[in-house]
Amino acid sequence: MSFGMKTFYNGASFARSEIPLLDNDTFFQGVVDSIRGGWRVCSYCGVPTAGGATLYCIMSSRGSSGVLGIASTLVGKTFPSLTRISPQLHLFEREIAEQCLVRPEGHPWFKPVRFQKPLCDGEGVWHDSDGGGLLAGVMDYYRVEGDEVHEVAVGPVHAGIIEPGHFRFQCHGEEVFHLEIALGFQHRGIERTLIGGPSPRTMHLMETIAGDTTIAHGQAYCINMESLEGIYAPPRAEAVRGIALELERLANHTGDLGAIAGDVGYLPTASFCGRIRGDFLNMTALLCGSRFGRGLLRPGGLGYDCDQDIADEILKRLENVRVDLAGAVALLWSTQSVMARLEGVGQLKETDAREIGLVGPAARACGLNRDVRRDHPFGIFRMSQIPVITATSCDVYARAMVRWLEIERSLDFIVEQLSHLPRGGGYRNQSGGKLSANSCAVALTEGWRGEICHLALTDDAGHFECYKITDPSFHNWTGLALALRNQQISDFPLCNKSFNLSYCGFDL
Amino acid sequence: MIKAILERYRQGHRTMAYPDAPLPLPPRFRGLPQLDGGRCAGGCKACVEACPYGAISAEGQLTLDMGKCLFCGDCSRACPNDAVSFSNDAVLASRSREGLIVESGKEFQPASGLEGELLRLFGRSLKLREVSAGGCNACEADTNVLSTIGWDLGRFGIQFVASPRHADGLFVTGPVSENMRLALLDTYAAVPEPKLVIVAGACAINGGPFKDHAEVHNGADGLLPVDLYIPGCPPAPLTILDGLLRLVKKIH
Repeated sequence: MSFGMKTFYNGASFARSEIPLLDNDTFFQGVVDSIRGGWRVCSYCGVPTAGGATLYCIMSSRGSSGVLGIASTLVGKTFPSLTRISPQLHLFEREIAEQCLVRPEGHPWFKPVRFQKPLCDGEGVWHDSDGGGLLAGVMDYYRVEGDEVHEVAVGPVHAGIIEPGHFRFQCHGEEVFHLEIALGFQHRGIERTLIGGPSPRTMHLMETIAGDTTIAHGQAYCINMESLEGIYAPPRAEAVRGIALELERLANHTGDLGAIAGDVGYLPTASFCGRIRGDFLNMTALLCGSRFGRGLLRPGGLGYDCDQDIADEILKRLENVRVDLAGAVALLWSTQSVMARLEGVGQLKETDAREIGLVGPAARACGLNRDVRRDHPFGIFRMSQIPVITATSCDVYARAMVRWLEIERSLDFIVEQLSHLPRGGGYRNQSGGKLSANSCAVALTEGWRGEICHLALTDDAGHFECYKITDPSFHNWTGLALALRNQQISDFPLCNKSFNLSYCGFDL
Repeated sequence: MIKAILERYRQGHRTMAYPDAPLPLPPRFRGLPQLDGGRCAGGCKACVEACPYGAISAEGQLTLDMGKCLFCGDCSRACPNDAVSFSNDAVLASRSREGLIVESGKEFQPASGLEGELLRLFGRSLKLREVSAGGCNACEADTNVLSTIGWDLGRFGIQFVASPRHADGLFVTGPVSENMRLALLDTYAAVPEPKLVIVAGACAINGGPFKDHAEVHNGADGLLPVDLYIPGCPPAPLTILDGLLRLVKKIH
């Protein structure tokens, strides 16, 4: 099933010459066959060449082997679109077209992704005459025609303090037939800037890919840098990174449960969770001074050590927070008016979730048993596992319940780790050396939204020729659009919160 | 219902006493920079070289521009003589861009309040429309926090509203991506006069970590007339609240 892919484990680096450069037929047929056989695409991207682009596909194997695979192929100005056969590729193919100016032939939904300038010289594949390309949000939107059908357009500036995005609903009365989501407003050129790196700014860029996912993206970058430099982080640093990652998950899952409660008008849980989310952020601030974990992770280890006083203080706070949070969340499940608004709303069928390659808690709420912490363990998760939670009802309730059960597991994990932090070996090894030249490194982490994939390709001098970032939101926005079909438009905020996807992580 | 009441009774009232009582910050919080140029060894530029954003200058007096600073602390670690450090003080906002430049030997002047007609209009009720323009969502998150029960921004008469038509001013975060420029300017135009502009975070002031990327405009400063600058990456909720309260003269 691996059609000659180079197979490897999470966090590995190897010479670029080891990546098989396959002929087009073998590559595209291999990708399709592998997906049919249960493999999943983590990232699929292009690097511009003189006459077209080199395409790289990173896949995750089915089952518990922990194997990842990578293969490449060289294409000219066009390449065959596989989206009709494997819908999980639809955005990746559009992204390749936007960044490398090579066109996926036969793509059924060929539209801009971020309205960005290409990574190479040349004219974009979209023009004003066929619906835009460079003016954000201007493109051909899908339209439903007919009596009593109307269109609702929202954004990019929304009513709350949230990021910009544009949503078009095709409605029949209150019922949504179709939702189309146009993003790119947060595009700030991170990937283009990384070419030729790393630089002293690079770690800051990694921490701000998605500000609420500073640790998970930061760790993926650290793993890549460490494997390219041939160094490793001390055990103590790996434990603290794991603690910080779970604190990040706790803060965001708690905030999401509060927001879901708020959107069904149940203020007690909304108020409690809003406050408790801050308690978790403040624990991260104890570690490094920043509520989002800025400065905590650095290649080679940590920017700040976690001494015993801090560990004890976090343990003490966790004890109180656990009781408060359990009380706040239990109110949701025991209040019928809340449950009536969560159950059966925003369902996303398991088969659809699998086809579009959904990741994270949203995927687990559809019964898809996938979690990078277990499937492709990294850092401390190689030593200490967290049980994976799934649900089967595929609705807002499932997405809320999975979050709560994950909160309980993360709390247990942090207590266990803080109770016996590894001693000795320091918290940071020397980093900043030269990266190995002509190499490839791939790191996956499980952020609170799901799988994060970072691919680094270095050139002759050990600089990044390509640094490809795939945020879980890149896989999941389509899931939100599908979950809205045949729902009441008034349920959009609730469904949206139950996914809580990142605009900036998608837009880069 | 009874369960909700019992839980409310158990968890109690948690709105913080600030500004009547001080708010403790984590010991590692990096706030107002402390500069002591007298400690600099002749010609040492370690801190200047450690900052990839050019926030520090050692030409003449030692200065640090908080508008460019991400508060990462790399300069402080690079300094061999403890001439650069960060205090626990979260009072950082300023009414002018130059006011964000901290200079060795000079005391930092926190933001002054509105005067005259603007104070009369907005002093007791300030409604803001937030525009997120190309950032990383951390500034937005720590601004949202102010509306939770712990901070309860509403008790000061300050509120974030859903429409620019209902607002007295804009609260801008993010470096202003080219893809958000038009939306930001349109939103500004939709706010009735007289109106204020508040920029929060290193991005909105100067581009932050995305400074000089071709895809961004290095902040809202230069696109809009700014009335209050709130530095940080992201600014702590206390820094934002303190800045807003000073603007409407609830803190002097």
